[in-house]
Amino acid sequence: MPPDTHGANQEPAEPCVALKQVGKRFGSNWVLRGVDVSFPAGAVTAIVGESGSGKTTLLQLVNGMRRADEGRVEVLGEPVPERDVEAFRRRIGYAVQGARLFPHMTVARNVTLLARLEGWPEERRQRRLHELLSAMGLEADIADRYPHQISGGQQHRVGLCRAMMLHPDMLLLDEPFSAIDPINRADIYPVFEALHEREPISTLLVTHDMAEARRLADYLAIVGDGGVIQAGAREAVLEAPANATVTRLLEASA
Amino acid sequence: MRQMRAGKGKAPSLGGLLIGTLLLAFGAAAAPVSAEAARPITVASKNFPESYILAEAMAQLLEREGFAVVRRLGLGGTLICYQALVNGEIDVYPEYTGTIAEAILKLSRADAAGMGPALRAAGIEPLPALGFNNTYALAVPGQLAAERGLARISDLKHHADLRLTFSHEFLERDDGWPGLSRAYGLDLSVTGIEHGLAYQAIADGSIDGTDVYSTDGELMRYSLAVLEDDQGFFPRYLALPLVRADVDARAKFALTRLAGTIDDASMRAMNAAAVFEGESFAAIAGGFLGDAGLTETRSEGAADTTAEQPETDLERLAKEMLDNTLRHLELTAIALSSATAIALVAAFAIFRVGWLSKAVVYVAGLLQTVPSIALLALMIPVAGIGWLPAVLALLLYSILPILRNAVTALTTVDPLLLEVAKAMGLTPAQELRYIHLPLSVPAILAGIRTAAVICIGTATLAAFIGAGGLGDPIVTGLALNDTGKILEGAVPAALLAIVTELVFEAIERRLAPAHLRV
Repeated sequence: MPPDTHGANQEPAEPCVALKQVGKRFGSNWVLRGVDVSFPAGAVTAIVGESGSGKTTLLQLVNGMRRADEGRVEVLGEPVPERDVEAFRRRIGYAVQGARLFPHMTVARNVTLLARLEGWPEERRQRRLHELLSAMGLEADIADRYPHQISGGQQHRVGLCRAMMLHPDMLLLDEPFSAIDPINRADIYPVFEALHEREPISTLLVTHDMAEARRLADYLAIVGDGGVIQAGAREAVLEAPANATVTRLLEASA
Repeated sequence: MRQMRAGKGKAPSLGGLLIGTLLLAFGAAAAPVSAEAARPITVASKNFPESYILAEAMAQLLEREGFAVVRRLGLGGTLICYQALVNGEIDVYPEYTGTIAEAILKLSRADAAGMGPALRAAGIEPLPALGFNNTYALAVPGQLAAERGLARISDLKHHADLRLTFSHEFLERDDGWPGLSRAYGLDLSVTGIEHGLAYQAIADGSIDGTDVYSTDGELMRYSLAVLEDDQGFFPRYLALPLVRADVDARAKFALTRLAGTIDDASMRAMNAAAVFEGESFAAIAGGFLGDAGLTETRSEGAADTTAEQPETDLERLAKEMLDNTLRHLELTAIALSSATAIALVAAFAIFRVGWLSKAVVYVAGLLQTVPSIALLALMIPVAGIGWLPAVLALLLYSILPILRNAVTALTTVDPLLLEVAKAMGLTPAQELRYIHLPLSVPAILAGIRTAAVICIGTATLAAFIGAGGLGDPIVTGLALNDTGKILEGAVPAALLAIVTELVFEAIERRLAPAHLRV
């Protein structure tokens, strides 16, 4: 359980990400403006909102895939670097909806690509690969298959393995379970929880599914109306929705 | 060749050097070496039997006089031959006075006398005419001519019942039937026929007369009588050697010995021997030189070479096909590999800039719409004839499919995959190396494969500009209407295309997993 917090936008004691008066626009349209929020280290934070609310943009500000037009984004205690951003990104695992495994690489190659580029010895790569596969409930013989030869649910699990290969300091997950059918999704939640238990990495989970957010996250950040409406410990948000938008989101999943 | 001609001011081309080296080696081995043989004389012809035969006669005569000779036979038409002559790629070829006046110098018929000075201004010299006149003529069955006493075109006036049928072109052209009937005051009803069918029709008696060329071998085969153009209506197409002015004076003198040695009937007989008897051009020309008493020589080398080679027809055929295939392979391989390098570098340079990619693919597409034979002809002023222009033309043709496929492949990789790669922390170079490029490889390979097959097909046309290869037997076969000869080039070319497909399939198997192949 996260530390006891109350009300809107409370500061976690030890943030992994801190946004200070952050604004981001596309052309003349401000998607996010005046965002002042931070997310706790070591916990799973769900960033929830309706389509087009800016939650993916918020996630991309964290790994420098998009740059803030206003304000400051601090990740792991430092501003997002301007230079050598690749080394920074390798400390932040990334997985997306549909898994997006590289179709020309086997499962093993997909998962170990970064480790190869980092110069990990073969033996270490194999150990980490099989550790992750088994933690994700995948058979070892899946390693030599190509993405199109395994199921959608398996692809998403492999996607998570790929994100975690380098023991990242943070995980950014953009709707990682949305494309999975409900039955497989129910199977993957406990696996994800067990993995987080084992490797408690600070995780930002973007989702439009409040039920998923309730199930997996310790913290909730509700995005809408061009900013973060409410952020805080799960129970705090559930008990005291900050406004009607939050209430509607919560009710939709009740 | 080129690098030996001083004062041209052009850097010798790679092709020129290659050919020159080969010639030097060949010349040193085969020719009875004398001082004047140091610079070989290049004899060319157009791609129809008469031209081949005349060129062979000139070549053999020169060889018997001790000159080293290079044959560039079967070039694709007047434009190509004349350009090559002016550029110094060839030294001599048989041409016709009418063609020189109308097609080359664009003189009206009245100015035909001005031909000599105009040619000399271009460094070209017309040698004395060989004798025969290969022009339009009217022919009727010999028996009919005998029965009716037909000898001259004006005789037709009294035979309005004859079924005269002319080729469509002849019926249209002002120097054809319209002008002819006016000049002779002929008022006959005539019909049109496809030119290729006219001889057949006259042979089986369904027509009584048609337009012909006066030295066609068919005239002999079907025993036709040519009516004399007693009013001199048809322009004269006297054959003569057209030679570069800077050719060795002794060589020119040797060629003048051919003056007046061939009349219409003997040219007809030689054409018939080539087309209907299947005799080789070289044998026909050799026979003619012997008959004309032009065989006394200072060396026996040229005449003896055939006797020294006791190879069978099959061996000769196999050797020729192998040589042609290797030559063909060389042309296409060099063109294709250069085109691949250029197109891929270009594709990688431009694919990130949308408008530029579109523009470049568009321009490359325009290039592809130029008919291949025209592209080959356009290459002559730039690169002369032979190997180099052929490679250049093939290269230009190959660029489009490779470039277009590469640009399309690179720009249509799933953008979300690239975004994931970037977000994972791959550098731009790593993204290209590990994601972008491998995902594009199957389509890029498909482009190269398409280009390779196009290249092998188009390279058969390179024979028209003297580049050799499998087009050589095809061009000769077309000139002779000899299917067997055509197949000597067409079958290996088709096999080469199939082998190429198989090779590329093997490469694809190695480079791309099955589910990603195009």
